[in-house]
Amino acid sequence: MPEASTRQSDPGAASYVRFEGVQKSYDGETLVVKDLNLDIARGEFLTMLGPSGSGKTTCLMMLAGFESTTHGAIYLHDQRIDNVPPHKRGIGMVFQNYALFPHMTVRENLAFPLKVRGMGRSDIETRVKRALEMVELPNFGDRRPAQLSGGQQQRVAVARALVFEPDLVLMDEPLGALDKQLREQMQFEIKHIHESLGVTVVYVTHDQTEALTMSDRVAVFNDGVIKQLSTPDVLYEEPANAFVAQFIGENNRLYGEVVEAGDAGSAVTVRLDSGQHVKALPVAVSGARGERTTLSLRPERVKVNPPEGSVPNVLEGKVAEVIYLGDHIRTRFSVAGHDDFVVKIPNAAEHPRMHEGDMVKLGWAIEDCRALDA
Amino acid sequence: MADIPAAGTVPEMRRDEELTTADGRPLRVALRRSQRQLRRRAFYLVAPLLVFLLVTFGWPIANMIAGSVYNPEVAHFLPLTSSAISDWDGEDVPGEDVFAAMAMDMESGLANRTIGRAAGRINREIPGARSLVMGTARDLEDMQPPYREAFLAEDERWGDLEFWRLIKRETRIVTPAYYLLALDFEYNSRGEIVERPEIYQVYRQLFWRTAWMSLTITALCVLLGYPVAHLLATLPLKTSNVLMILVLLPFWTSLLVRTSAWIVLLQQQGVINDLLVWANIIDASGRIRMIYNQTGTIIAMTHILLPFMILPLYSVMKTIPPSYMRAARSLGATQFTAFTKVYMPLTIPGVAAGVLLVFILAIGYYITPALVGGESGIFISNLIAQNMQGTSAQLKLASALATILLVGVLFFYWLFNKLIGVDRLKFG
Ligand SMILES: Nc1ncnc2c1ncn2[C@@H]1O[C@H](COP(=O)(O)OP(=O)(O)OP(=O)(O)O)[C@@H](O)[C@H]1O
Ligand SMILES: [Mg+2]
Repeated sequence: MPEASTRQSDPGAASYVRFEGVQKSYDGETLVVKDLNLDIARGEFLTMLGPSGSGKTTCLMMLAGFESTTHGAIYLHDQRIDNVPPHKRGIGMVFQNYALFPHMTVRENLAFPLKVRGMGRSDIETRVKRALEMVELPNFGDRRPAQLSGGQQQRVAVARALVFEPDLVLMDEPLGALDKQLREQMQFEIKHIHESLGVTVVYVTHDQTEALTMSDRVAVFNDGVIKQLSTPDVLYEEPANAFVAQFIGENNRLYGEVVEAGDAGSAVTVRLDSGQHVKALPVAVSGARGERTTLSLRPERVKVNPPEGSVPNVLEGKVAEVIYLGDHIRTRFSVAGHDDFVVKIPNAAEHPRMHEGDMVKLGWAIEDCRALDA
Repeated sequence: MADIPAAGTVPEMRRDEELTTADGRPLRVALRRSQRQLRRRAFYLVAPLLVFLLVTFGWPIANMIAGSVYNPEVAHFLPLTSSAISDWDGEDVPGEDVFAAMAMDMESGLANRTIGRAAGRINREIPGARSLVMGTARDLEDMQPPYREAFLAEDERWGDLEFWRLIKRETRIVTPAYYLLALDFEYNSRGEIVERPEIYQVYRQLFWRTAWMSLTITALCVLLGYPVAHLLATLPLKTSNVLMILVLLPFWTSLLVRTSAWIVLLQQQGVINDLLVWANIIDASGRIRMIYNQTGTIIAMTHILLPFMILPLYSVMKTIPPSYMRAARSLGATQFTAFTKVYMPLTIPGVAAGVLLVFILAIGYYITPALVGGESGIFISNLIAQNMQGTSAQLKLASALATILLVGVLFFYWLFNKLIGVDRLKFG
C-alpha cells in the first residue's frame, strides 16, 4: 500500500488515463456523471465503488468508447480519445455477464481478438494456449461457453480481455454473478494476474470488501460524483465525508452542532442533539459555531467501561441487543438518543458478558471520532 | 408409513435385489406407472385437437393421395373384361372370350348405369371411345354371339389394338397415369412413357416457376426484413412498439384488401405509373407493366409474407444482448466484422425459421398469384385449383399435382433440417 499512497500524493506522476471535467447526460435533463476528474497511473489497480446508479458503468463505457462524453475530455497516453472508435482504443474489457460469444468455442473466443488483428495462425495458437494456462483452463478450449460453470466462464472472459495484451483492462462487476467463495478465489486470481502482467486495471464493483482487498486506489462514487479517491486504508480510517464513512465499513453516527472550535486543526467540541458534549476531530467542518455535523465512529474503536480519565469522551449507553459472533460480540447500545450504536467487543477475558438493559460507559479517543459534513 | 415395521427396522434388502417402494412394488414399475399417468394426462389434453386434425387434415390428405393413384373404373365397372383380358398378349385383336366378357359387362353396366363411367374413363385417353362403347352397348340387345364378329360388324374401331391395350392397362387399380400427366409425361399408343407434346407441357414449367419465384420472394423478405427486425430489436421499447404495429398491420387487414391495394398502385393506369408520368420519368405511352405478371406476384407476395420473416428474426434478435457487439468491438473488431462474425451467426436460428415459414407459405400460395399474377405470374396452386373447378374438373390430376407439391415441401423441410437442424429454429 505505501506504493499506492505515493502515487496518490505525487501529482507530477505521468497519468496513463485522465478524465478531465467529464460530464455525461443521457436525456439532456440530468447529469449522470458530474464533472469527473480522475488520473489513473500506469499499472495501477483502480476501483470505482458506489451504489447502484451512481454512474460507474457510464464512466467505464465512456472510457471504452461505447458512450460519448457530453462534455470534457478523456486522455489515454496523453492522447485525446473522444473520437477514437472502440476497436482502435486497444482496451480489454470484461463484461458483467461475460459476453462470451455463445456460437464459438472457448478457443475461438480467445482467438477472436487476435484474428481481427490479422495475426498468424501459429502465433494465435501459442497465445491462446498461454492465455488458457494463465487462467488454469488448459483443457477447456473446445467447449462452448454454455458448457462452462460461471466461474470458468468468468476466467475465459478475463483471458479473452487479456489475450491481445492490452495495457488497460476494464472490468465491470466481473464477479457479480458468482457465489461468495468463488468470488473470493477469483478476486485473488485477478489480483495475481494484475500483478504478474503489470496491466492497468479499472475495476467496477459495488461490493466494498472486494474494492478494499483488490485495489491500489478506490474511487467512491455517489450520484455521479467521486466522493473520495484514496487507498483502501485511508478510505476506511480517514473517510473524508459522511457518505464515505457510511458506505465503507460499519459506522456509528451521532448528530450535533459545533459549539466550540479548537485551535487550528485540533479538536472541536460538538453538542449532540441529545445535549451531551463530545470532542471530535474536525475533518469536513469549518469550525464555525452552530455548524451542523455528523460524528463518525468505527464500532471497533469504542471502548467499553474505559478506565477513568483514559479517554476524553465518555457517554452512558444502555445495552439493547447482544449478538454472539464467536471472535467478537456485537453489542447494540442505545446512546444519546440513537439506538443503533454498535460496538464490537472482542471475546476476551477482560470484557465481562453484558446483558440487555445493562447501563455501561462507552468512551473513545478524539481522533477516532471524526466530525464530518451534516 | 403403515408398511414400515415398528421399532425402526427397515425391510432387509439384498444387493442384487431390485429397489422397491415402501409397499414392495419394484421401483421401476412404480416410476413407469406414475409417468404413464402423466403421459395419459398429456394425451387427454391434446386429444381434441388431435381428433380435429385427423378429421380435417389427416384424412383429407390421405384421401387426396389415395385418389391421385386410384383408378377403379375399368376394373370395377368392366370386371369380366378385366379378368378375360389379363391373358391377352396385345399382339392381335382379342379373342371371343374377351368380347363375350365385354358384352356381359355392358349388359350389367347398362342395368346399373355404371357403363357410362367406364366409358368416360376410356374416353379421357382415347377421344371418341365413349360413343363407341355407349353406342355398342345400346345395340347389344340385337346382337348374337359370337360377339367378336358382331362387335366388329357394329363398328370397326373394335378392332383397334390401341383401344384394347388401353383397357388392359387401365385394369390396374393403382395407376401412375395422373402423376405422369402432372409431370408432363404420358403413355403413348404402345403403352410406353413419353413426354407430352410441347404445346401441352405446362406443369413442370409451373412447378419450376413456383419454386424459383418462392425463393426470390424469400430472399427479398430476408433482405427487407433483416434490417427492420434489427431496428425493432435495438430501438427503445416505446418506438419499437409503434414500428411493430406497422409491421403487424398487414396481419390485421384482409388478404384481398391488401392485394387489391397493390392492384390500385401497380396497374398501368395506377398510382405509381401516374406519378412516374407526372414526374416525367416515363412518358404516357411507356407506362410500365408491373402487375398481372411475375413482377406483380413477387411484389405483392413479398409484402404479404414479410411479417412472417420479421417476427422470428425479431424474437431472436431481441435475445442477443448488446454486450456481445460491444465485446467484439472492444476486442478490436470493426463494426462490420463484429456484425458479420458475432451478430449474424447468432441470428441464424431466426433467419432459418423465417426462411422456412416464408418459403413454405409462398410455394403453396393461391390468392395473390391468382389476382395479380396474370398469365406469367401464377403458381402451381392456381392450376391445382383450376383442375378442381368447373365442368372439365380433373380431380385426380389435381390430387396428383397437390401431392407432388406436398412432397416438394416435405423434401425442402428435410433438406433444411439436414443443413440447419430444425431443433435450432426459433419461431418466436
Ligand atoms: N443507456 C442509458 N440511457 C439512459 N439512462 C441511462 C443509460 N444507462 C444508464 N443510465 C442511467 O444513468 C445512471 C447511471 O447508470 P450506470 O449504469 O452508470 O450506474 P452504475 O453505477 O453502473 O450502477 P450499477 O451498480 O447498478 O451497475 C442511472 O441512473 C441510469 O438509469
Ligand atoms: Mg453498472
